[in-house]
Amino acid sequence: MINSSSDNVKKLNSINRRMFITGSLKFFVMIGIVSRLFFLQVKENKKYLTLSDKNRIREWKLAPVRGEFHDYFGNVIAGNFEAYQLHVIPEQVEDFRYVIYRLKDLLELSDNEFKKVLKKKNEIKPWETLIVSDNLSWQKFSKINNHLYDLNGVKPVISISRNYPFKENFTHLVGYVSQANQDDIESTQAIKKNFVPGLKVGKVGLEKTFEEKLIGTNDIERYEVNAYGRRISQLEFQKGEKGKTLRLTIDTEIQKLANELLKDKAGSICVMDIYTGAVIAMHSSPSFDPNLFVFGISQDDWQLIRNDPMKPLVNKTLQGNYSPGSTIKPIVALSALENGIINTSFTVRCTGKTEMYGQTYHCWKKKGHGYVSLRNAMKQSCDTYFYEVARKLGVDKLSETAKKFGLGEKVFGDLFDIEKKGLIPNTQWKKNALGKGWLLGETIITGIGQGYIQTTPIQLCLMTAQIANGGYKIYPHLVVDDKVKDQPIDKFIPLYKNSKNIKIVQDAIFGSTNEVMGTSYRSRIDNPKYQFAGKTGTAQVKKITEEERELDLKTFQIPYEQRDHALYVAFGPYKNPRYALSIIVEHGGNGSTTAAPMATKLFKLIIDRHKMRESLGNKKYLEI
Amino acid sequence: MYQHTRLTTNRLGFFQKFRNFDYILLVCILLLGFISLATMYSTDGGEVKFHTKSHFTKLAVFTLMMLVMSFINIKYWFSVGYLAYIAVVGLLVGTYLFGITSSGSQRWINLYFINLQPSELMKIFIIVCLAKFFHRMKLENVNSIYTILTSLIIILLPMGLVIVQPDLGTAVLIAISGIAVLWFAGINYKYFIYTILGFVISLPFVIAFLKPYQKLRVLTFLNPDKDPLGAGYQIIQSKIAVGSGGIFGKGFLKGTQSYLEFLPEKHTDFIFTLFSEEFGFVGSAILLIIYAIIIYRIVAIGANSRSYFAKIFCYSFGAAIFVFITINMSMVLGLLPIVGSPLPIMSYGGSSMLATMIGFGIVMSARVHNQQLIA
Repeated sequence: MINSSSDNVKKLNSINRRMFITGSLKFFVMIGIVSRLFFLQVKENKKYLTLSDKNRIREWKLAPVRGEFHDYFGNVIAGNFEAYQLHVIPEQVEDFRYVIYRLKDLLELSDNEFKKVLKKKNEIKPWETLIVSDNLSWQKFSKINNHLYDLNGVKPVISISRNYPFKENFTHLVGYVSQANQDDIESTQAIKKNFVPGLKVGKVGLEKTFEEKLIGTNDIERYEVNAYGRRISQLEFQKGEKGKTLRLTIDTEIQKLANELLKDKAGSICVMDIYTGAVIAMHSSPSFDPNLFVFGISQDDWQLIRNDPMKPLVNKTLQGNYSPGSTIKPIVALSALENGIINTSFTVRCTGKTEMYGQTYHCWKKKGHGYVSLRNAMKQSCDTYFYEVARKLGVDKLSETAKKFGLGEKVFGDLFDIEKKGLIPNTQWKKNALGKGWLLGETIITGIGQGYIQTTPIQLCLMTAQIANGGYKIYPHLVVDDKVKDQPIDKFIPLYKNSKNIKIVQDAIFGSTNEVMGTSYRSRIDNPKYQFAGKTGTAQVKKITEEERELDLKTFQIPYEQRDHALYVAFGPYKNPRYALSIIVEHGGNGSTTAAPMATKLFKLIIDRHKMRESLGNKKYLEI
Repeated sequence: MYQHTRLTTNRLGFFQKFRNFDYILLVCILLLGFISLATMYSTDGGEVKFHTKSHFTKLAVFTLMMLVMSFINIKYWFSVGYLAYIAVVGLLVGTYLFGITSSGSQRWINLYFINLQPSELMKIFIIVCLAKFFHRMKLENVNSIYTILTSLIIILLPMGLVIVQPDLGTAVLIAISGIAVLWFAGINYKYFIYTILGFVISLPFVIAFLKPYQKLRVLTFLNPDKDPLGAGYQIIQSKIAVGSGGIFGKGFLKGTQSYLEFLPEKHTDFIFTLFSEEFGFVGSAILLIIYAIIIYRIVAIGANSRSYFAKIFCYSFGAAIFVFITINMSMVLGLLPIVGSPLPIMSYGGSSMLATMIGFGIVMSARVHNQQLIA
């Protein structure tokens, strides 16, 4: 008993000692757990709170409302319209197969379209929106609304979409929008920031250039979501801002007339204010309906546009490199005058052809013009005269003057990435680019705008405008109030050495249109209100062989691709000029018969609308 | 002398027994039960649904059972020690043979009125069994080969049966319960030190023998951000829930992590996460204090018990409960790899609660009959 009790005491001592050790251990472990809790819940609370919010709050961005394009008078050129769409949330549909076949019937979807919808459905989560149709006609939309009672889960939605009310009239200028692709997202920060699936962004033209201004900002919906991404409740709705509306310098009526004049032809018309540089009209033909691209163009339409031999996808005003033909003659004459090579009394005898450096150069008039001075040579566009002037002037001096007046350089700078520079050759250029020495014969044909020289229609328009305004530099622009950095407000930079020379050239151009024997005499307007001055041009597309010259074919007898380009540059009204224009009709034959008559119609409208335009303008023009 | 009389007439009246109750322990258990019910209500999305109802029923039945158990003399619990152990081993064998498989593990046995997880019961009955085993043993015999081998067999037999289910987590907890008894029984320190050393050294080899999913858990524990949506998801979300709770929590029924279903296993192993998210550091600390009081009372009851059996049971049970709580919390707080271990009373699960309540019942009985000597 004593033994056992002493053993008991030992046992009790042992167990109590061990209990003490255990208790201490427990205490420290407990402190460990509490510190861990403190660390997570107090010290790192912010971090985990953020993570928890990140878990539960998800943002849905909605497509921003795009800014509009207005013309100078406030007409909407590119606007937004309410597109009728049909959305289905598959999860809310009891019998998806039934509903989708019913919709196929009601909307008369083709098998192809139907397959696309089914494919889309498989790509999205059941609670995400399936867009069955993105642009329904009102008839179909109302039909669906009438059948809603047995279309559970189908939602007719009115969504905002791009619309170009003037269709093909502004396509090359304004461009069009279409679904953003990976390149768009990567190249433009604003698109990246505002991207939502189905977002439409500018693909070409001003829509692309001013993307950052036009795009606006997203509406943002914040939802609480569960672990599976299903929306539980809306927490916030943040209204986005509509993109900026841009007012263009364009006059829709003139633009429409340009489109009409170039109907079924390939070519370009541009009209410019000679003092402000505001572009009044700028059209490239043929054009196409930009609305086709907004919801994705169909394969048939695309092939039609792509395979058109007149190349509607090319913006001829900016991308078309043409030989300027005789429209370069005012610059040749001006350059010779400025450099003191010729004066007004300098005459050349034209016999219809001339021999220089062992080559025969033909004047367009077989019989020749006889003795011609500058004014007569310009009026009748005598090639022989300008061969001689160019020969005496030299290509380097010519190119200097031409570049001063805006040739060989992008007119709009960075505004359009597609714009071409054209080419004003000189001896240095040829050595660098072709590695060959300049031939004197090449100078001679440059004098009549053939050979290496290439200009775009907008360059020709700018050149004419700068001659018309008395030889001052202007900065062409398309957007009203688009600050042009270098544009002096009330001071023009002269491009001439002697303003008399400009007057001489202006007068010579006047003769070309308004005096008998002038190349565009038949297109003249005698009423001084509309009277204009212009220079025709006929640019050869290929070298004319001697045999062809003998045949002397009429335009319609030559295959289309080999016909000459018809050009015309003009400014008016002559007494107090305000506008300059350039017209190019590809393979149009002769400048005086094809292009010049268009100018007649254009000037009538331009000048009729001048008062109206003036009343809106608030800029003071410097009278020269 | 007075004590002697008490010993000879050691029958206590009903009211005497009632007076002997440890009311602090009882209140704490009831409080814990209430908190667990509220938390369960929150897991059900603020409605009385299946889990809340079922948890309430179990809580009511098992608390009643605990009270009934406390009126039964500690002697009786001593006497059924081996039998209960053998019965549970039998159940484990039964589970191995006819158990119900759920999520890849055969843990449950259908007893017609209840689906039981015998491995949970083993956590308690191994203590009862080993406490009885050491009760009469002289201290000098404790460290004999025979004793050590026998006790190891008592521990390893159920462990093996649980590992094959497979349920490594519960097997480890059973082992811990058993080892706690060995510790208090007075097994030489050196054996514990050798065991720990041996374990640490063999750890790399043990890991090599782990099943792929177990290895993944260990790797995930070391770097949960490696696969945040896969293996690391549970622990990351659990830490976010706890961490975002802050000092005072998001408020009852306002735990976004659980409501929006980011939390895994929120009824069972991760219930503390939900509680901690809604009640914050303060709430969690209060819960820990309640657990601490419970453990303290269990140990105190052991200290005041005259019988060695009661003492060793209470100490071991207290230590085991402490380890269960610690492992569960460490796991959800990202201090230990994920092992399936419920939080006593708080977690949903009948077997676990039954086992814990049996433990409390025996402890309470030890308190009520604290002067009882067992021959």
